[in-house]
Amino acid sequence: MDFITKLLAATIAMGTSLTYATLGEIYTEKTGILNLGMEGTMLMGALAGFATAMATANLYLAILVAMLIGGLLSTIHAFLCVTMRANQVVSGLAITMFGTGLANFLGQRLGPASNNYNLVGMNLPSKFDNIAVPLLKDIPILGAFFDVSVLTYALYIIIPFSWYYMYKTKYGLAIRAVGESPKTATAMGLSVPRLRYLYTIIGGMFAGLGGACLSLSFTPSWNDGMTGGKGWIVIALVIFATWNPGKAVIGTLVFGGITSLQFSLQAAGVKMVIPTQFLAFAPYLITFFTLSVMTILNQNRKGSFASPSALGTSFAIDDK
Amino acid sequence: MRIVVEKRDNKSKSAAVLIPLASFAISLILGAMVLLASRSNPLQAYSAMLNGAFGNARRFQYTIVESIPLLMCGLGVGVAFRLKFWNIGAEGQYVWGAIGITWVMQFWKFLPVPMLLPIGLLVGMTLGAVWAGVPGYLKAQWSVDETLTTLMLNYVAIGLAEYLYISAWKAPLGNMGTPEFPREAWLPPVWGKIHSGLYIALAFVVLLWFLLYKTRWGFELNMIGKNPRAARYQGVSIKRNIVLAMLLSGAICGLAGSMNTAAIAHRLTKGVDGGYGFTGIIIAWMAGLNPFASILVAIVMAALTTGADALQIAMKLPESMGEVLQGLVLIPLLAGSIFVEHKLKVIKKEAV
Repeated sequence: MDFITKLLAATIAMGTSLTYATLGEIYTEKTGILNLGMEGTMLMGALAGFATAMATANLYLAILVAMLIGGLLSTIHAFLCVTMRANQVVSGLAITMFGTGLANFLGQRLGPASNNYNLVGMNLPSKFDNIAVPLLKDIPILGAFFDVSVLTYALYIIIPFSWYYMYKTKYGLAIRAVGESPKTATAMGLSVPRLRYLYTIIGGMFAGLGGACLSLSFTPSWNDGMTGGKGWIVIALVIFATWNPGKAVIGTLVFGGITSLQFSLQAAGVKMVIPTQFLAFAPYLITFFTLSVMTILNQNRKGSFASPSALGTSFAIDDK
Repeated sequence: MRIVVEKRDNKSKSAAVLIPLASFAISLILGAMVLLASRSNPLQAYSAMLNGAFGNARRFQYTIVESIPLLMCGLGVGVAFRLKFWNIGAEGQYVWGAIGITWVMQFWKFLPVPMLLPIGLLVGMTLGAVWAGVPGYLKAQWSVDETLTTLMLNYVAIGLAEYLYISAWKAPLGNMGTPEFPREAWLPPVWGKIHSGLYIALAFVVLLWFLLYKTRWGFELNMIGKNPRAARYQGVSIKRNIVLAMLLSGAICGLAGSMNTAAIAHRLTKGVDGGYGFTGIIIAWMAGLNPFASILVAIVMAALTTGADALQIAMKLPESMGEVLQGLVLIPLLAGSIFVEHKLKVIKKEAV
């Protein structure tokens, strides 16, 4: 029992970062923009958050700066893909390359002179600590959900709100219209470019926040490439969640759980039946099968499959 | 007055040349700003990079060696991009190539040693082709999104390779990596560090140029990419061509992996997922899918990496500056790409 509670706690802690970034990417992809720059954006968020917290000791300001930087980086993506109608795949890769490079570069430049300008090896003055809710935290197993950081508690509101926003409000309807058929959306009087900009930037802000969750709470430190491919898992999680913000959390719990299980089994010295590397790529393989099977099963029912129809395509009013 | 973007009647030739040059200049200026902001002299840094990439014969050789897998991956994905098939799985296909040649070298003991290298390269190519063929078939048959499937499969291949060199195929001595290939089965050098993979890569440049620009099949691929409906009316089989193009694409990326493994590490070990596949995508795109232009782009991208390594040694600057510049060169290039097919038009007064 204790093992399961601990596992769940570790899963939630790791899943928090993934969930924020996944929600962000869902908002972006729902409008038809594929942002493969998540890895770079998350890393920049992690760096910006950590550097701000080091300089000001203000964690909330750090979160704000991380979101701002994430938003800025994805503004470049929005500018390239929407205004300049550039290729979204290449643009996303460019953002990841640039963001990863810049974050690692600045990580060795923004530190204090006493540490050779390096942020690596510095300790945060404070971090987001877990806050336990009395009574609720004593529930067996599920109590783990009530002994988490503010960043995780915020998700308990943001996830249902995002689901409601996407499927029950006119704003959500506008997002889906733009992602399904930009032409129809234009006819409805919506501005496709404006909405795509808006939600690409919002998506980047979420990614920056997700990155900051890592450097300010999960592993409070800065390390080169500390996101370690989480930005790519996010792309998988969006598919696994079938682009539904309400389901984003299921994927992060499953995949965060697999990763945590790997660590805790290793730590416990359990001899593994399944090699750890298999657990590491399981999320990607499962996503591959999920996507393929879902697409094949939905062959004859047009529009019922969750992938936004206009995903990855540029749009101009004069396009034929 | 307002400015609108209008489609050109023909692709602009001058824009196709000027934009990359201007982009490179802009990226150097932006990079200089990053350097200045971090208390470094940009001119000094750039000359250190240039010197590090081309300064003497040995450094030049390193840059060329680095550019070979980049060129191969760029050529590979370029084939699929011709029909607007977004193969971003080059990384995984490359890794399968490395796994393939290692498998042959380590376990096909029945082969005479001189046969190990050619058979190993072939097996690597085949595995790369199969790994690319699966998403190709899924796309052709059921329109399963190829960008997402090829991306996911990368990490499966990388994880599998890790499992092989960390545990299943690990050499009994040493802590990581498979046993070293027999010395006679290494890819032979041609000039200093440069290995004969260079010839293979250049042969593929010519072969692909011929295939894509001078044959009926190349014409069909182009037509599918530009106007699938017209292609269908002409009786071109889109499904068949998607699978064929993906097989070829994966084969080239797989060969890149087996070649590089036989030439440099001589075994499957950490670092097999060196990012060549991802950079290859960028190379193909930057070169406008032209095999000959890919050579130049691959050398530039390789020079940014080897130059950045030198930057770290010469100026104690983080080597990630190379990635920053690689990313920075792309951003203005992506922004400028619109002007190849579009032009700006200033409308002075709205016609009533």
